Amino acid sequence: MPLIEITDVRKRFGENEVLKGIDLDVKPGEVIAIIGKSGSGKSTLLRCINGLETIDGGSISVAGSQLLPDEVHLKALRLKVGMIFQQFNLFPHLTAGGNVILSQTVVKKTPKPEAAAMARKMLERVGLAEKFDAYPDELSGGQQQRVAIARALAMQPIALLCDEVTSALDPELVAEVLAVVRELAAEGMTLLMVTHEMKFARDVCSRVVFMHQGRVHEIGPPEDVFAKPKTPELKQFLGVQ
Amino acid sequence: MMEFSTWDILRNLLLAARWTVVLSLVSFLGGGIVGALLLFLRIGGNRVLTAFTRYYVELFQGTPLLMQLFLAFFGLGLFGINVPAWLAAGIALVLWTAAFLAEIWRGCVEAVARGQWEASASLGMGYVQQMRYVILPQALKVAIPPTVGFSVQVVKGTALTSIIGFVELSKAGTVVTNATFQPFTVYGLVALIYFALCWPLSKSSQALERKLNAAHRNH
Ligand SMILES: Nc1ncnc2c1ncn2[C@@H]1O[C@H](COP(=O)(O)OP(=O)(O)O)[C@@H](O)[C@H]1O
Ligand SMILES: [Mg+2]
Repeated sequence: MPLIEITDVRKRFGENEVLKGIDLDVKPGEVIAIIGKSGSGKSTLLRCINGLETIDGGSISVAGSQLLPDEVHLKALRLKVGMIFQQFNLFPHLTAGGNVILSQTVVKKTPKPEAAAMARKMLERVGLAEKFDAYPDELSGGQQQRVAIARALAMQPIALLCDEVTSALDPELVAEVLAVVRELAAEGMTLLMVTHEMKFARDVCSRVVFMHQGRVHEIGPPEDVFAKPKTPELKQFLGVQ
Repeated sequence: MMEFSTWDILRNLLLAARWTVVLSLVSFLGGGIVGALLLFLRIGGNRVLTAFTRYYVELFQGTPLLMQLFLAFFGLGLFGINVPAWLAAGIALVLWTAAFLAEIWRGCVEAVARGQWEASASLGMGYVQQMRYVILPQALKVAIPPTVGFSVQVVKGTALTSIIGFVELSKAGTVVTNATFQPFTVYGLVALIYFALCWPLSKSSQALERKLNAAHRNH
């Protein structure tokens, strides 16, 4: 029984059909890398799964929660799937701890002390226990992204969507974020990540999805996708002839 | 003929300046409340209400305040409603201030990065929660300097109410001039009093803005 079921999902922006019928089933604990050229629809797919974009056709369900565009269904779905953004999107007016506490108290109505304890635990998990009282602009990009991960984890999602979570980081900060993601994967978190870190995808992912012009162009275990690309588009993308 | 000392003139002007201050405060606070209401109607997502507030703002920003004062004063009179000058002045200034503040604040809400909406949505927050805990706290900070800055316009705007006969600082200036025949002294003092009211406001607006820009962090 798949955890995330994506069936014939279509999305258009005006005349521009960006997703042209995406089918993808993700099993619990799977780590899936989505690769592909800029503009191929990777971000849009993740955003659709989280309900940040409405879909024009097909269906998406996560652990039995159907994606429907009303607030009740959206909230139910978003409690199951967290999302990490390229630009971190921490709340600048709150400390790292405050960032992790807020949605727990507001959305889940968790009492403040429990939420704070959870926040400490999650910040510790991403190696930032000592930054509880720091504001986002006192943190490096890598630290901010780790806080963002802690913030999502505190909601205890069953899957995480990661959209190029290291692309906005200085090269020397990429490793610390990837280490956290790697650990999550090892702990069995279901991950769907758009990434340009091919080595990371090869090491950590159970399957790799190559998207091209709004379609899943190739899909398979990393050893197949990277070593034996079938289509000319994937060969070109990987730079092999 | 009576002789007026400069002190007599100044005392009379300062007494009238009280009404400038009162009218400014009423306009600013009333306009703030109505403006906040307009803001929420504007960004609440209801199409009809959004359109209404947009036209409201365009109407009040697109016509001179003087015309609005005339309409409040004489217009209601046409319907047999006798409006005293202070009431017409208060209503017109409150509505006028509300239009400008609503627009200033809308800009501040829209200046909050789209990522803030997306991150809070992805955490399961609904519209009201996003507004209350994420968007407004950030918008508020940005809004303070231009809001304080606009209060200067409100103070100066009250001068126009002299034309419909409300006795505030400007009107008092005219009255005192007619009695003393010292227009230069009188209006010089009037200008000084306005300056004394407005200058601290615009200075503090600038200071707030500098502080906000310089603030290494956003909280
Ligand atoms: N909000 C939007 N409005 C209009 N077009 C969009 C919007 N978001 C994405 N697109 C278009 O959809 C296509 C896919 O974008 P995206 O999913 O961001 O690609 P990727 O993440 O693979 O680079 C692009 O052509 C982009 O211009
Ligand atoms: Mg993208």
